[in-house]
Amino acid sequence: MNTRKTFRMDGRTIPFEDGQSIIDAALAAGEYIPHLCHNPEFTPHGSCRVCTVDVDGRMVSACTQPAAEGQQVVNNSDPVNHYRRRLLQMLFVEGNHVCPGCEKSGACQLQAVAYYTGMLAPHFTHFFPRREVDASHPDTVIDFNRCILCELCVRASRDVDGKNVFSISGRGIQSRLIINSNTGRLGDSDYDRADKAASVCPVGAILPKHQGYEVPIGERLYDQRPISVVGDVAQAKQGDNGDG
Amino acid sequence: MNPASDAGIFTERLLNEGGAQATDLLQYLCSIQQHYSCIPPQAVETLARVLALTPSVVLGVIEFYSFLHRTPRGQFDILVSDSITDQMLGSRDLLQRLCDRLGVCVSQPGSDGRATVATTSCTGMCDQGPALLINGQVVTRVDNERLDRIVALVQAGSPLEDWPQDWFSVSDNVYRRDQLLDEHSANGDSLRVLLDRGAADLLQELDDSGLRGRGGAGFSTALKWKLCRDASADERYVVCNADEGEPGTFKDRVLLQSWADTVFEGMTLCAGIIGARRGFLYLRGEYRYLLDSLHTALENRRASGLLGSAILGEPGFDFDIDIHLGAGAYICGEESALIESLEGKRGIPRIRPPFPVTSGYRNRPTVVNNVETFMAAVRIAEHGSAWFRSKGTAQSPGTKLLSISGDCRDRGVYEYPLGVSIEEVLSDCGADDVQAVQVAGAAGRTLPPAEFGRTLAFEDVATGGSFMVFDHTRDVLDVVQNFTRFFAHESCGFCTPCRVGGSLLRDLVDKLHDGHGSEYDIREMRDIAGLMQAASHCGLGHTAPAPVLDLLDHFPDVWRQRLAAGGFEPSFDIDAALSEAKQLTGRDHSGGRMGGDV
Repeated sequence: MNTRKTFRMDGRTIPFEDGQSIIDAALAAGEYIPHLCHNPEFTPHGSCRVCTVDVDGRMVSACTQPAAEGQQVVNNSDPVNHYRRRLLQMLFVEGNHVCPGCEKSGACQLQAVAYYTGMLAPHFTHFFPRREVDASHPDTVIDFNRCILCELCVRASRDVDGKNVFSISGRGIQSRLIINSNTGRLGDSDYDRADKAASVCPVGAILPKHQGYEVPIGERLYDQRPISVVGDVAQAKQGDNGDG
Repeated sequence: MNPASDAGIFTERLLNEGGAQATDLLQYLCSIQQHYSCIPPQAVETLARVLALTPSVVLGVIEFYSFLHRTPRGQFDILVSDSITDQMLGSRDLLQRLCDRLGVCVSQPGSDGRATVATTSCTGMCDQGPALLINGQVVTRVDNERLDRIVALVQAGSPLEDWPQDWFSVSDNVYRRDQLLDEHSANGDSLRVLLDRGAADLLQELDDSGLRGRGGAGFSTALKWKLCRDASADERYVVCNADEGEPGTFKDRVLLQSWADTVFEGMTLCAGIIGARRGFLYLRGEYRYLLDSLHTALENRRASGLLGSAILGEPGFDFDIDIHLGAGAYICGEESALIESLEGKRGIPRIRPPFPVTSGYRNRPTVVNNVETFMAAVRIAEHGSAWFRSKGTAQSPGTKLLSISGDCRDRGVYEYPLGVSIEEVLSDCGADDVQAVQVAGAAGRTLPPAEFGRTLAFEDVATGGSFMVFDHTRDVLDVVQNFTRFFAHESCGFCTPCRVGGSLLRDLVDKLHDGHGSEYDIREMRDIAGLMQAASHCGLGHTAPAPVLDLLDHFPDVWRQRLAAGGFEPSFDIDAALSEAKQLTGRDHSGGRMGGDV
């Protein structure tokens, strides 16, 4: 039997398969690396940068960096955690994230990663963008205020549902999620609540209608245990907004 | 102009001209924009249907590129170059005058459908600014007199063909020639050398020459070509990066205007060595005026047997070149974003690895090189590596073209052996009383006089060729503000640090510029800059904070005297925020002021 290839992360030896990313190898070995746009079911994206780690003295995103023999990876250090908090704060001020008024609170990956990394306040000046809420679909509401441009719904709709309901438009700080229909509204698109795209949103941007606060605050996905133990929102069963 | 209702038919006809492919989406959009001054909904619908894309994907491409619009710009779409060097030549006053005379607001199409006036990133005319783009055509050396005549022609609705044609002339302004610019344009000699000596031998010659990429990153050209040649694939591609978007650089414009044959021959040489049959020149939209002459050059080369099937009569040496236009997106100068754009998509940089040499255009091995690199390869094939190495330094052999602009006597293109000192360049171009030099563009370095003894070379100050001079009459903070706004505008928006951090940094620089910055804000700038450098997805985000950091490190006197008293200043002006409410309630007495100097 061949000896397995390994790299070192925060003093632990992590085995990996050829072609595996640092984050997937670490997650398989039970080591949590904070992330938002990554979901092992989809092609790596590398846009949120929250999974930034130090690899042999260079900062890289763990979801796009192939694991390599002998790499020294730092996942938990002051500089790495500082970068992550700042990235999360940037995502908070870029959109309009009002946790106390959000149905996703307690089961939101952005919020859970923020808690995990020790983010206490948004720090930066809020952008307060004007964004719409799309309630045109009978089963689902889209609140663009909370979109963090992770493109998980874009990837799920394109690669799994084969529908291309979602895509990204604009550029720079004007980048925005758009919906493929003649009106640009979800109700006029091919979207269905059974779509994969309906269950991958890590935040409260894509929410099921007709159910509100079914799981009480305090008993939600991340209310008892941290995200490093519970795992991602998308791993909780579809349509289940809380007690995964 | 045809009514927009014809747009579906127009688009249909456009798509019927050749085998319609989704990779040509951006090219179709450029043509439709030129025709209608926007992309009408009927065109979006037709493009999506014929190219088997969703309309939202087409919209996503339109909204990514600055030169594409969903609402009509009018008969004249006028863009004033907002490069810092154009501003120094008075572009902002011209912009205001233009708006006033035409009765329009910046970026808002006039209600009569006549014109839109807006700003655009550097047009690459810094040696003959201030410059405008009017319906994609360049007007150089604009002054008040020329501007007023332009206004009259716009108001009369006179087509561009009837305007004085000397307004559209672009000069080369070459002030210093060396290895590259000394000779006439190429006529196939380097290709004869290739056929004589064989690809492996010539690749070795290129390797011996030590040629490094002239875009600024300095990767070994021979190694790039070799990696591409060795990658197993059914097709390979050669791409010439003529998306010369770095503010203050314009030397590729000169090469494409007067040495296009040599550039095309360099691409053909590369094709012969790596085994490519198809190549692209990715031409920035700002250089649309070069299209006709470039197409003529390609036609002439085909007629001379230097392009097409069986080049120079050699069976199997088949190669041809298409020209693709950009549409106002600086990020497309990044090679993987350029490839995305070539494929008709939004210019979002790819995840690397894999690198383009193994997986580029259509996921096939692709060489992407700068215009100047292809030209240097031709000269090396013609004259040998020893000749090339007779100039430059051991680590940076050969010469480099500089685009010199700003506060100096002779603005234009200078070719120097690499290793030349900044001092010598400043003396040659006639620059006195210099406060700062910006080397390698907005993404480069802002250097104070103490650094002028340094040399331009990959081992010291690396550069793609932009060289902007600022004398003591300039405010370095104006420069840094211009660059920081530029990066915020040009960020593709893909990754968090560049998308959000770039805007936060822009706002902090604005705050400092306006005299409201504090020590706290300085620390914030450094913090955000560090994050962008460390965590961004591509080179744009990595280099975007460079002007801010150079300001803080090298020009402390400039920013210190702008600091507001005290360690902290709020990010907003509460009196301004309350002004509307105060006006409505009539409580605008001075005692009601919350901040300021009460």
